[in-house]
Amino acid sequence: MPGANEKRVIVVGGGLAGLAASIRVAEAGVPVDLFSVVPVKRSHSVCAQGGINACNDVARQQGYSEYEHFDETIYGGDFQADQHPVLEMANMAPRIIDLLDRMGVPFNRTSEGYRDLRLFGGSLFKRTHFAGATTGQQLLYGLDEQTRRYESEGKVTKYEFWEFLWPVVVDGKCVGIVAQDQRTMQIRSFRADAVVMATGGNGLVFGKSTQSVICTGAAAARCYQAGAWMGNPEMIQVHPTAIPGADKTRLMSESARGEGGRVWVPRNKGDARRPKDIPEGERYYFLEERYPKYKNLVPRDIATREIFSICVNDGLGVGGQRQVYLDLTHLPASTHHKLEGILEIYKKFAGEDPQFEPMRIFPSVHYSMGGLYTNFAKGSYNPAEPRTKHLSGSGAPIGSAVGQGLLPGAPANAMTNIPGLYAFGEVNFAYHGANRLGANALLSCIFDGLFCGMSVLGHVADGKGAAGVAQGEYDRVVAQEEAKVKALTDNAGKGDSASPETNPYAIAKEMGDEMTEACTVVRSEGRLKQALATLSSLKERFKRVRLKDSAIWTNQSLLYTRAVGDMLTVAEAIAKGSLERRESRGAHYREDFKERNDDAFMKTTLAKYDPATSSTSIEFVPIDATLIKPTARTYGKSEGAVSTKAAASPHN
Amino acid sequence: MSTQTSAPTTGQPAGAAHNPPAVGRSVVFRIKRCQGPGQASYWQDFKVKIPQNANIISCLQQIALDPVTTDGTRTVPVVWDSGCLEEVCGSCTMLINGKVRQSCSCLLDAIAPNEGDVVTLEPMSKFPVVRDLWVDRSRLFHNLARVKAWVPIDGTYNLGSGPRETPQDQETRYVLSTCMSCGCCLEACPQFNKEEKPADWDHAFIGAHAISQARLFNTHGTGRELAPQRLEVLAGRGGVNDCGNAQNCVKVCPKKIPLTESIAAIGRAVTIHKIKQFFGA
Repeated sequence: MPGANEKRVIVVGGGLAGLAASIRVAEAGVPVDLFSVVPVKRSHSVCAQGGINACNDVARQQGYSEYEHFDETIYGGDFQADQHPVLEMANMAPRIIDLLDRMGVPFNRTSEGYRDLRLFGGSLFKRTHFAGATTGQQLLYGLDEQTRRYESEGKVTKYEFWEFLWPVVVDGKCVGIVAQDQRTMQIRSFRADAVVMATGGNGLVFGKSTQSVICTGAAAARCYQAGAWMGNPEMIQVHPTAIPGADKTRLMSESARGEGGRVWVPRNKGDARRPKDIPEGERYYFLEERYPKYKNLVPRDIATREIFSICVNDGLGVGGQRQVYLDLTHLPASTHHKLEGILEIYKKFAGEDPQFEPMRIFPSVHYSMGGLYTNFAKGSYNPAEPRTKHLSGSGAPIGSAVGQGLLPGAPANAMTNIPGLYAFGEVNFAYHGANRLGANALLSCIFDGLFCGMSVLGHVADGKGAAGVAQGEYDRVVAQEEAKVKALTDNAGKGDSASPETNPYAIAKEMGDEMTEACTVVRSEGRLKQALATLSSLKERFKRVRLKDSAIWTNQSLLYTRAVGDMLTVAEAIAKGSLERRESRGAHYREDFKERNDDAFMKTTLAKYDPATSSTSIEFVPIDATLIKPTARTYGKSEGAVSTKAAASPHN
Repeated sequence: MSTQTSAPTTGQPAGAAHNPPAVGRSVVFRIKRCQGPGQASYWQDFKVKIPQNANIISCLQQIALDPVTTDGTRTVPVVWDSGCLEEVCGSCTMLINGKVRQSCSCLLDAIAPNEGDVVTLEPMSKFPVVRDLWVDRSRLFHNLARVKAWVPIDGTYNLGSGPRETPQDQETRYVLSTCMSCGCCLEACPQFNKEEKPADWDHAFIGAHAISQARLFNTHGTGRELAPQRLEVLAGRGGVNDCGNAQNCVKVCPKKIPLTESIAAIGRAVTIHKIKQFFGA
């Protein structure tokens, strides 16, 4: 490919999305500079447990299809996602599994040696592929190995322990980045013809979450402050089953329920008996009674609200506390073996063996459906009228050929409003709408990398890119970032550095507590306004923040403090989006607006940052809903079973 | 005095396992610090009031909030490496009371149940210190490239599924594939020594983790294509024959990977590889 080597692509983030993108771009002969704040093998994707969804040969013969996977994802997301990108993702899913299989990912096997499958939330078909209960780790390692191969061939250059600071945007186009080495503290610029942000979620905004300590959302926040828009920032997934902890919460995978785990509380308030001593008839399997069709595998937002309500409103939490049982004790040893990875985590951190004792769990912040707003170029499937909701198991109206959802290689796919700046994986707002289905995250990350990676190549081939951009443009951004560092380090140790008023850790803790209280399971006008006022005062305090360390070598205090400032910006976008969306949809539940309101709010929340006022403004823009008509999202809830005394109602 | 020049003794009290952990107790963290490469190490003590269910990380976070040593000296926060805090990313590996392990899964109730117990934290000794408890483990990843720890696929376009595999083979590979590159096996290995200069890495002992990864990929239907190249590296200087059979690696592996089985399997494979070469096969 003559001249191809003159072009370069930057990928920021080395999780599944970033690695898949690096591999796809490098394979095409365009060199990749890969930036990550950790060695890429330690990225947060490693924490994903349960599996990755795709239509497969067995499910297909039972009537399942890529189209039904698409329909489930749209319905699961409460009709908040643009539909064409989701169609393309579902269609590509089986091909992604095949590729991972070829890379050597040790997927669990049936006795005949085919890939085994498990049940997951939001589906009545087994369509989740898995490697024990550490699927994310195994997929990440598969991509990490391929990246290392390209690295050894000189096609990928890794910048590990380098932190993204700012995009270089010239004449409205992204032509590189400025980054900092977290060890030497050197700040420098890097040229590129396209930049892919694959920087994951923002769990740390909520203090404790299931996410890794690196998931601050700071990189996305910096793009946001530089002019990139955010989409649906208020859509935050609170996972129903996590282990509470002193430093973080730890995920207890949905696969525990997919493999037969049951959620329950004692039917009688204050029942202090050990769980094993409580007879079957005095256990309240509230998810099974309320949702006789999906039972314990209702989507996460629904399970979370039910668990929250059982504890907070009904006071039925185990021991009167915010915890319910997730019971696996009745399952055979072979099932426990398949879940070994997560059972070990519980054993290590909670000190009890879930093979013999029901686990005690509670919901926790887990994933951000929202993120940087991105565009797409529609593919070839454009029916005259949107179809009604797909009847499960009824066979697909269309096949799964490439290019029906999205136009392959079109530069627009997964590109932010800043040309040349892409957002892949969790930081991309697309696909999951108002609620993500379990085992769709790994899929969307790899889909972005592989499919939208071709769009990055399309952009690089089309555009002028970084060629001819004056060095001064890069130096200007370097100077801006150096000034920020100087402002922070100049104040190090000054004043009363012990005072919580100006302590970065104290400011972050207050932000996390406030966001968890106001902006997770149940939201309301008054509480959100209060949260916004709290965030304003925290932003004021942050202006006077005092570092604990002025070192010019490996100053983690500086890195953390700078990220806290960015997290405050994200927090405000989340809270403002939550306030302005005066309805309930998916993970976003407003107790003062309990119903979904399609006329006013079946729209994407667009958050824009105004540098002049350092604040977020919210607008609502139309969604592409040209493929499936919205319907009520009930998951067959049994109306008769809302009372704790009522017996299970017949299926509806 | 909080600042010492000699290594402290560890503070594991006898019979601790029988006592329930004391609620609201304070524990002393004796931390080996170093402000950067080439600088001298020193020790500092910090007293931490232990919250419920605390692990080492939550205690380090408390110290960072207001880093004051036990003798009242205000100092800079301790630097450490961490990620998932679920013992699956490998980042937060360090020496705790002299033993190498992940600090996230090290619970205070287990190692310091009594008022005044002392916990020592040190950086891993086989890798260069970046600052305080953070070490540079680049060599570990470099060694994965030495053994070509990957499956040589024909690119990312659609070519159907991979090779079928029995559940037994999957089980074998899965366990090997849970290696998170934490470096515990290297820290504990008497044959694996600190090498500051990357130029020396290719001749020094490669370590159990890389040998085990070579076995992982030699076991895979497509991965075994590169087996001769992997075995050639492992037959050379710093390869499997440098293993002294101390078997420390398998004892400290947090993922219970059968590292000594891997070393034995690769040892046999290297021998066969050499015999084949001798006969020109």
